[in-house]
Amino acid sequence: MSELTPTSTSGFPSLDGSDITPPRPGKDLFGAAFGGDTSGFGGLVPRKEALVSTPKPYGGWFDETVDALEAAWRGFGDNVLRVVVDRGEITLYIKPAAAREIAQVLRDDDNLKFELLSSVSGVDYLTEDTRLHVVYHYTSMTYRRRLRVEAAVTLEDPHLPSVCSVYPTADFQERETWDMFGIVFDGHPALTRILMPDDWVGHPQRKDYPLGGIPVEYKGASIPPPDQRRTYQ
Amino acid sequence: MSDLYAGERETTEGTVYTVTGGDWDTIVEGAADDQRMVVNMGPQHPSTHGVLRLVLELEGETVTSARTVIGYLHTGIEKNMEYRNWTQGVTFVTRMDYLSPIFNETAYCLAVEKLLGIEVPERATVIRVLCMEINRIASHLVWLATGGMELGALTAMTNGFRERELCLDVLEMITGLRMNHAFVRPGGVAQDLPPGAVEKVRELLAVLEERLPLVDQLLTGQPIWQKRLQDVAYLDVQGCLALGVTGPILRSAGLAWDLRKTEPYCGYEGYDFDVPVQTSADGWGRFLVRVAEMNESMKIVSQALDKLVPGPVMVEDKKVAWPAQLALGSDGMGNSLDHVKQIMGTSMEALIHHFKLVTEGFRVPAGQVYVSIESPRGELGVHAVSEGGTRPFRVHVRDPSFVNLQATSAMCEGSLIADSIAAVASIDPVMGGVDR
Repeated sequence: MSELTPTSTSGFPSLDGSDITPPRPGKDLFGAAFGGDTSGFGGLVPRKEALVSTPKPYGGWFDETVDALEAAWRGFGDNVLRVVVDRGEITLYIKPAAAREIAQVLRDDDNLKFELLSSVSGVDYLTEDTRLHVVYHYTSMTYRRRLRVEAAVTLEDPHLPSVCSVYPTADFQERETWDMFGIVFDGHPALTRILMPDDWVGHPQRKDYPLGGIPVEYKGASIPPPDQRRTYQ
Repeated sequence: MSDLYAGERETTEGTVYTVTGGDWDTIVEGAADDQRMVVNMGPQHPSTHGVLRLVLELEGETVTSARTVIGYLHTGIEKNMEYRNWTQGVTFVTRMDYLSPIFNETAYCLAVEKLLGIEVPERATVIRVLCMEINRIASHLVWLATGGMELGALTAMTNGFRERELCLDVLEMITGLRMNHAFVRPGGVAQDLPPGAVEKVRELLAVLEERLPLVDQLLTGQPIWQKRLQDVAYLDVQGCLALGVTGPILRSAGLAWDLRKTEPYCGYEGYDFDVPVQTSADGWGRFLVRVAEMNESMKIVSQALDKLVPGPVMVEDKKVAWPAQLALGSDGMGNSLDHVKQIMGTSMEALIHHFKLVTEGFRVPAGQVYVSIESPRGELGVHAVSEGGTRPFRVHVRDPSFVNLQATSAMCEGSLIADSIAAVASIDPVMGGVDR
């Protein structure tokens, strides 16, 4: 594992000594370069929709909350990139540097009152430039509303401010996000690995990190590990 | 000061350290000017509720600092799910918090269904509620059993596991397995209730009605049990919210936050039940809340039985509905011969469809959702992201044990070491869920 760097998986040693490059989802047009594309995309590049904001009015309580946030937070115009309403849920896409600021406003403003930060996690959108997304799920117990805030950072500069000082519950969850995605939360009291061993190299939930595994032998037949199995498409 | 356990010796090649075990005399000597002692409790300790490691800094019997170390049961479930189709994900999530498998499955399936934009049939929802509440009773019984054992109440342990086994028997009859059921599937449930299931559930209710009060009689009035729990592991509402703690711990602090009431799902708004609340914010309050919750769950189970009306248990859309027609063979398992006859004998299209659905799975429109339900330990959230493929792009499970475990330091520090056991027991973390 020692050669494995967080940004590249070439040189990841396989069991038989030959190097394996993991499949890149959505990359090759009809893609089974080796062993079959197991990404579930059928090898086809999905057409990316243009990033659009949902136009106002959003409907329901969404308008009220967004208006309240706009009124309470001076940086709203500069920092909120898009507002998306989909499947009855609202997502605010913000600039990463504003993650802590928006948390403070969401928690303290009387018209927002998001008392609980339910979840902090990451998603790796491999094909995007700002591929590492941090997703915050806020819950307002007073108004019974849920709000998703999403911030995206690049692989080269995976930094954004920690919200630990506002919501102490983010402690473990930011550590997990660092552990799994390599996103650095500046200002976190002790950003160390939490689920993986302390000396682990790499960040396993990244899309270019291979699943790994060994072939399963059963009654003389050998079945390759899950990320190298042939899929029917 | 040189290290007590690693003597140094200078050589030409550099310093050589001789690492040795500690002699008790040296430890006492070394501790003479510093009363603090760091004790490693776990991960293989019978009182830490699983493979939880606590690093305790002690001053005599008093805990001055408590840190939790987790990850010993990390199995990479979230990563693995990205390499399986959406239906197979159920088999993985059920193994996360292994004491509440039905909840994991339901939360995940609700997320997938929200992404798909489908509604499951009424009967499937009622069966889900039925199984979830039986599961909640079983989970709380294990909490009572292990928590009791950790505090020295061995009868609570034997009784708790005895009653839990009855609950698991019923779940086994319905789903086929005691644990790790993989019974709830996107679009409904895998199978309808088997013949005799309703009667068996009613029998279970009758037995539990008789035996759950025994818990009360055994423990509630018992002075030792009271002394071990009262004013121990105090955490008020403010502390709970700051640390993101939900579930019985939050309700023991006085806030009646139960997602079944506040954000109803699976038709919980149609059931008549109460949310038990205590205001003592200590281990004792959590005990009372959990015992009362078992009684409320029994009410829900009995109402769910009345709500059961014949109907499908899986969505009608054959592009989503898993072909789970099974029949009991001589070996105790097997496919339905009728189904095999149909796809192999009469319809080529049905065979192709079956093959495609099972090997490739169904496609889920791109997007992301967050669904949360009330598990026995608090808010169980599933954040599912799809990029339009037949496999999840990302599934993150916000496990209540993981988040609640952060309260350990707040509950333990300043208390006696024996109370830290009670504190961890009152949090009820399940390490399978914590580490995933």
